[in-house]
Amino acid sequence: MTTKLFGEPVRRREDARLIVGRGRYLDDIGAHALAAAFVRSPHAHARITDIDVEGALDVDGLVAIYTYEDLTGPMAEPLPVLIPHPQLHAPRTGYPLANGEVNHVGEPVVMVVATDRYVAEDAAERIVVRYEELPVVVGVDAARSGEHAVHEEIPDNVAARHHQETGDVEAALAASARTLSFTQYIERSACMPLEGKGVHARWDPADASLRVYSSTQASTSVRAAIAAKLELSLEDVEVIAPDVGGGFGVKIVHPWPEELLVPMAAIKLGQEVKWAEDRREHFIGSAHERQQRQEITVGFDDDGRITALDVHAWHDNGAYTPYGIIVPIVTATQLVGPYAIPVYRVVVESVYTNTVIVTPYRGAGRPQGCYAMERTMDRIADLLDLDRAEVRRRNLIQADQFPYDHHLTFQDGRPVIYDSGDYPGLLAKLEALVDWPGIEARRAEAASRGKLLGAGMAMYVEGTGPGPYEGGHVQVLGSGKVLVATGLTSQGQGHETSFAQIVASELGVPIEDVEVTTGDTRRFPYAVGTFASRAAVMSGNAIALAARGVREKALRIAAEVLEASPDDLEIEDGVIGVRGTPGASIPLRTVAVLSNPLRYAFDEAAKQATQFARGSDDSKPPVTPGDAPGLEHRDYYSPIRSTFASGAHAAVVEIDPATWEIDVVSYAVVHDCGNVVNPMIVEGQVHGGVAQGVAGALYERMAYDADGQLQNASFMDFLMPYASEIPDVVIDHQQTPSPLNPLGIKGAGEAGVIPGTAAIASAIEDATGRRIAAMPISPTELYDVMRSPDHERTAAAGRRAGVGA
Amino acid sequence: MTSVDTERSITVTVNGVPREATLPVRRLLSDALRHDLGLTGTHVGCEHGVCGACTVLVDGQPMRSCLVLAVQVDGASVTTVEGLARDDHQGGQVLHPVQETFRECHALQCGFCTPGFLVTIAAGLEARDKAAEITEEEVDEIVGGNLCRCTGYANIKKAVRHAAAAMRPTGADHTGHFGGGDGAW
Repeated sequence: MTTKLFGEPVRRREDARLIVGRGRYLDDIGAHALAAAFVRSPHAHARITDIDVEGALDVDGLVAIYTYEDLTGPMAEPLPVLIPHPQLHAPRTGYPLANGEVNHVGEPVVMVVATDRYVAEDAAERIVVRYEELPVVVGVDAARSGEHAVHEEIPDNVAARHHQETGDVEAALAASARTLSFTQYIERSACMPLEGKGVHARWDPADASLRVYSSTQASTSVRAAIAAKLELSLEDVEVIAPDVGGGFGVKIVHPWPEELLVPMAAIKLGQEVKWAEDRREHFIGSAHERQQRQEITVGFDDDGRITALDVHAWHDNGAYTPYGIIVPIVTATQLVGPYAIPVYRVVVESVYTNTVIVTPYRGAGRPQGCYAMERTMDRIADLLDLDRAEVRRRNLIQADQFPYDHHLTFQDGRPVIYDSGDYPGLLAKLEALVDWPGIEARRAEAASRGKLLGAGMAMYVEGTGPGPYEGGHVQVLGSGKVLVATGLTSQGQGHETSFAQIVASELGVPIEDVEVTTGDTRRFPYAVGTFASRAAVMSGNAIALAARGVREKALRIAAEVLEASPDDLEIEDGVIGVRGTPGASIPLRTVAVLSNPLRYAFDEAAKQATQFARGSDDSKPPVTPGDAPGLEHRDYYSPIRSTFASGAHAAVVEIDPATWEIDVVSYAVVHDCGNVVNPMIVEGQVHGGVAQGVAGALYERMAYDADGQLQNASFMDFLMPYASEIPDVVIDHQQTPSPLNPLGIKGAGEAGVIPGTAAIASAIEDATGRRIAAMPISPTELYDVMRSPDHERTAAAGRRAGVGA
Repeated sequence: MTSVDTERSITVTVNGVPREATLPVRRLLSDALRHDLGLTGTHVGCEHGVCGACTVLVDGQPMRSCLVLAVQVDGASVTTVEGLARDDHQGGQVLHPVQETFRECHALQCGFCTPGFLVTIAAGLEARDKAAEITEEEVDEIVGGNLCRCTGYANIKKAVRHAAAAMRPTGADHTGHFGGGDGAW
């Protein structure tokens, strides 16, 4: 590497356009497009008895109205179950437009297309849909009772029963010196990107081709889905993710009904059509995550070492299961975290409710798993009167135990084998960073001010970078520009910068010469998508391999020109030179020109590659057999299995016993994602994740009433934190490179959010001495906990009271 | 639904340029800027005035353009994110200090909320005593009304501190990385 940018905090290249208002987000496209609006179900569970569009027909500017009756062929079939699984025994998906029944408030029933959005909404509100209401199921407990069914033919509401075990847990529990059993809950939040979803479609009737822009995390698969559903040839469909205003998981789901209906309308009408989701639509018409009921039994010895763990969880998957059981699987398999659990059994029952679908939100089941495991550690510590850090330390997988096989099957169908890590190292750093031994002094100081202070910690291991693959294409032009493309998409993670750093480092070119394109099927049609902290691992490595291919070819051509061995060549600042021989050099851009033998000189540079300009060996064809014109290379990275990043967080809370307001006064993060491409970007990811972790612990929840109405479907009522709610975060790093990929990197995107709920629950419990078994928790709920004489107190509280009295 | 009765012609100075438009009276300022005038830098995140992504300056005051009708700003001067930079009188532009510090401090990720933050912060920094060192309370006050889902706000607050330092008049005692501001913003 001659241009060493890998590992440097390079400022982001995408910012230049974004800070001056020249980003190009979905709703910035198609100024003259027709606008779509949707009539959505106001009921959580109902039969549709009639749709009367008469009143809408005289609205000036109305162009078209579509109901289920207008859907034909594959469009009239249910939406795909994207990730089938043998244990998903009763999958259900909706239709692009409701087919006689609605199963959650917000389900699309009618699409209206008009000259602009105002007019489309005018028409939509004049459409009268009559419903016959059905009994509503809200929450895991209502679902598992089976009193009412979301889908008539699934009376127990169970979509899947996901089950894994690593041994005879009953026997191991029976043989354990001690056991503990408890039940806890975690509630729903949602990704809530500042930009909602959106789709713009343009049909070219002359060449029968479709271009779709979608605010998606998976443009290649959206393309395939549109082609399949609209019965188009794949090559006639191109899908582009433009600048995307945040994703966090919700935009990995596809095809959303709107992603099919908007292109369908564009084709039928022969005009551009656009739909940009509004905030209320996003609350009730996209996806949420996190609600689970967890029943946990743990066996352990007198030293707090776990001997067996038995978890039975109920996971609320909402009305449908388009994304399969990925979230339950991730909870089940990531729950074990950094700990050696001799015998583990987990059952997650995924149940239907009449609410918005549940699909991955940053963390994607990991926060729930971490909450289960880490609160178990806290309870063991409490029972045995051990320091919470010490209990964890005694159960950690040791640094010399890698690769560590948990004998579980991960979300990608591959074994959960941890590749590398140093968990005792993380814990030691965390204790130092938050001054764990100093908490008692801080507690006393806070008490002197009338405040309750407590600390909590949580550790996690995060499977990152799952396959099946990503690809990269690197091409050097005669101008010296280096074009880089990968099919994976970006939603603010700085991929243009990180991938450019990788190419600049691998190829030895100035980063200013590198141009990166992501998520455009015209540029790279094979891809999986951005999820599971996989972009740097997957596309980063694929692009590195592609750049190495270009480098190899460039050195081969240059070696012929310079009459040197490729082994003696190096590339520095875009120039290939002979090591130790100043002056013997050729610019990479010239090699790019020479790599493509030409007949026609279309510009000055091209003259060098024409047939009478370059000396050639008459005994060989201009393009050597097996070679190809151009200085470019395409390569793929397909991992044997996921990498496993890890980390440890600590939260210190201060609680005001007058208002029960909970203030996070310190938040410490130790983070290990292997080799780091850009530490500035990684820290930014951690900051953002922590904010969402704090949000999910203290502020955000989806407040459904018993009728399945989302009571807080706006930013006024859903408490997404402002700056005032987010604590300062201190970060320390550890790097255990992954042995699985060429760059040694692990993913970083989701890490920050995972332990937030667990650590903050622990801190509140530590501060108040009351068992915290339902999260998130508001000041009002904490007040109810505190004034309830029956609410469980921790053993530590009793000891503290005994000592302090 | 649109007719002579429900439309008005308005004249608004947008980013220093007089613009005329004939619009339905119900058109939101955010939609008028984005869809009628083609200034798509202003973003719409919630349409109910909470997130602040659509913030623009109306006669120098930050306003949520999703809560203002376009006809209400007839005769006014509007500044959007596209108008924050100033001409360098050599055919190029000089970014506002807070635009510079947002990039320098990694204060944006997806960039969707960024225009609203930039406009709000620019107004906030303009309204304060530029010679005084900015306090944490001031920083919190300036950024406290805008939502960001990506950054966790830490780097946004850092960018505000650095921009304030850059905007201190030359000669003032400061230690900010972006010193040397002429206070002319």
